[in-house]
Amino acid sequence: MAYAAGVDVGSTQTKAIIIDGRAAIVGRSLIDTGANVVVAAEHAYVAALRDGGVPEEEIGYVVGTGYGRYRVTFGHTQITEISCHGRGAVHMFPGTRTVVDMGGQDTKAIRVSPTGEILDFCMNDKCAAGTGRFLGAVATALEIPLSDLGIMALRSEKPVKISTTCTVFAESEVLSWLGRGKKVEDILLGVHNSMISRSIGLMRRVGIEQEVTFTGGVTRNIGMVQGLNTALGFEVNVSDDSHFMGALGAALFARDHICASRVPAAHTEARR
Amino acid sequence: MPGVPAADGIVGRGMASGSDLFRQWFDRLSTAAASGDKTAYVFVMGSLVEILRVFDFPVSFPEINSLQTAVRRVSHEYLNQAEDYGYSTDICGYVKADVAVQLRGGAHPMGTLPRPALAIATNACNTYVKWAEIWERFYHIPVFTLDVPGTRGAGGQTWPGDPDFAADCAYVKGQLQELIALCERVSGKRFDIDRLREVLGYANQMSAAWRRVIELNTSMPAVFSALTEGTVYLGVANGLRGTAEGAAYFRELVEEMEYKAVRGLGTIEHEKYRLAFVGVPCYPIFRRFNEMFAERGGVFASSTYLWFASGGTSLGFEYELTRPLESLAEGVLISVRHAMDAMFHPDRALAADLASFTLDGVVFHPIKSCRTVSTGLADSRRALMARTNVPSLFIESDMMDKRVVSEAQLKNRIDAFFEGLATRRQPAPA
Repeated sequence: MAYAAGVDVGSTQTKAIIIDGRAAIVGRSLIDTGANVVVAAEHAYVAALRDGGVPEEEIGYVVGTGYGRYRVTFGHTQITEISCHGRGAVHMFPGTRTVVDMGGQDTKAIRVSPTGEILDFCMNDKCAAGTGRFLGAVATALEIPLSDLGIMALRSEKPVKISTTCTVFAESEVLSWLGRGKKVEDILLGVHNSMISRSIGLMRRVGIEQEVTFTGGVTRNIGMVQGLNTALGFEVNVSDDSHFMGALGAALFARDHICASRVPAAHTEARR
Repeated sequence: MPGVPAADGIVGRGMASGSDLFRQWFDRLSTAAASGDKTAYVFVMGSLVEILRVFDFPVSFPEINSLQTAVRRVSHEYLNQAEDYGYSTDICGYVKADVAVQLRGGAHPMGTLPRPALAIATNACNTYVKWAEIWERFYHIPVFTLDVPGTRGAGGQTWPGDPDFAADCAYVKGQLQELIALCERVSGKRFDIDRLREVLGYANQMSAAWRRVIELNTSMPAVFSALTEGTVYLGVANGLRGTAEGAAYFRELVEEMEYKAVRGLGTIEHEKYRLAFVGVPCYPIFRRFNEMFAERGGVFASSTYLWFASGGTSLGFEYELTRPLESLAEGVLISVRHAMDAMFHPDRALAADLASFTLDGVVFHPIKSCRTVSTGLADSRRALMARTNVPSLFIESDMMDKRVVSEAQLKNRIDAFFEGLATRRQPAPA
């Protein structure tokens, strides 16, 4: 059976996944999206093909997802990241009933059925509060690599209370805490706690039902994972491929198409 | 082509003549502004136009005036002016656009609007009362505030035959008598009970037809979009209530809808999903908003907006002309109460509509600048989901302010909603 591909064009990073006929991941790639969304999608796709050693002609179907899904010009179909994250999460963790996805510019909570059907979802509004961008702004303000934020936050013993989750105001609030002599790790844990509180608020709007699967780029932040575990009182599902969940879901929908079965209604306006 | 009747002369007639009547109504308001005719400002819930018509007051609906600025894509100019004047961004967009109209001496995209000689507000919307106070301060005019007893706690309603209902009606009737005295004072005319009977007769015809039009959208495919076409019908239902031309318009509208229903003529070509709309429309991108659903085969067969923004006249209450004032009090009580319930407890009526309108989903649309309608929608949605298995979508924007309308974000959520509807229709995987 032909391979299937999913390309998730996010606001910050573009991910691509290649799966085989048994739905096993054989290739993946991750690149910065940058200003040219079309090129980013193509580069991610080519890189995933190369990673899996799969010739392009063996790809039977490509689904684009993410905010730039209509710019995946080589894609056959576009499906929202909401459906794709739900589908990917249920595939990777079959017990999933709630998905929390933290990406670069949005955070979403999704409630899914055992078959991956989207029962309800809710996202942040026109605001980057509580998203990966918020962490990025804090990392810049503190001149700390983004990848170190979570580890440093876990060293905190007395987290500060961050009163705003506004990304624009984050820098000034963080600097103000520094000016008051607070430790960097205490500020960082405060930042993480404010994001966790906001994401749990979103999850409550759709209803928190176990198991909860954490997806998106922020899953790479160990501080956020542990913070969610603590706040929820149980462990969330997370894996090394959680960052790729949208692309995986897209690839699974592509595989469905190849199998001529379950695929949501699609738009084809950006079809090659 | 929208707004132009089809060759048979029936299909599309309601849209075309509705637009004409709407234009004529605004022309009459411009004439009133020029001649200084004493005009009444009223709201869509509890307008009491039946009494105002007896005294020949031209009637202006500031909510409709304001939404027209958004439909005509100039609301931002009016909102900015009101905000510069000192109104907060958090204030109702309808109020702010109207304040700007007043500051401009009535200048409006559809003409010149007259100043009020009196205003009527009800407790159905808490903003109404404060809004009317603005005119009171601007023009030193009398404001009549109608207090309508709403549905009792836990959803309990009283009906004719119940002592509580009789007491509520007496309370409303007393207020109507006060309004009549006020109208006599402002207009300098004597109240004519036979003229009231005539007005109520026209209102009866319109109410019965309005109810029938809404019922006819249970047809498959839906004969009109409750979001777009329904809003045009709604404008006539408000602006021309109690008039011969309004009654005639709705008589013809019923004829058109029955014609379409019998022949299976839908409002969109390929109806795939039948939806209910809950809330106030997104006027800054009115057509585009609907297109995002229509292009996926979604049609709004039902809308709570048609219930509450017609002041509850969608119920079809018909007055008894042998006892006009008492019956008007009953009708006002029942209709305004229905309008309030449509805003605050839409889940109750929606649950019934799911079967009768064969609905596939419900779209809840809270808006930033109307907390009266929007505050409880999340709870209403949750209540509906607890009682039924119907898919629902919760999307937020605004009725007036394009600054808080994100088309891309709306589309993303709408697309995901339709993906879910499509998945539901497919057989479960083996």
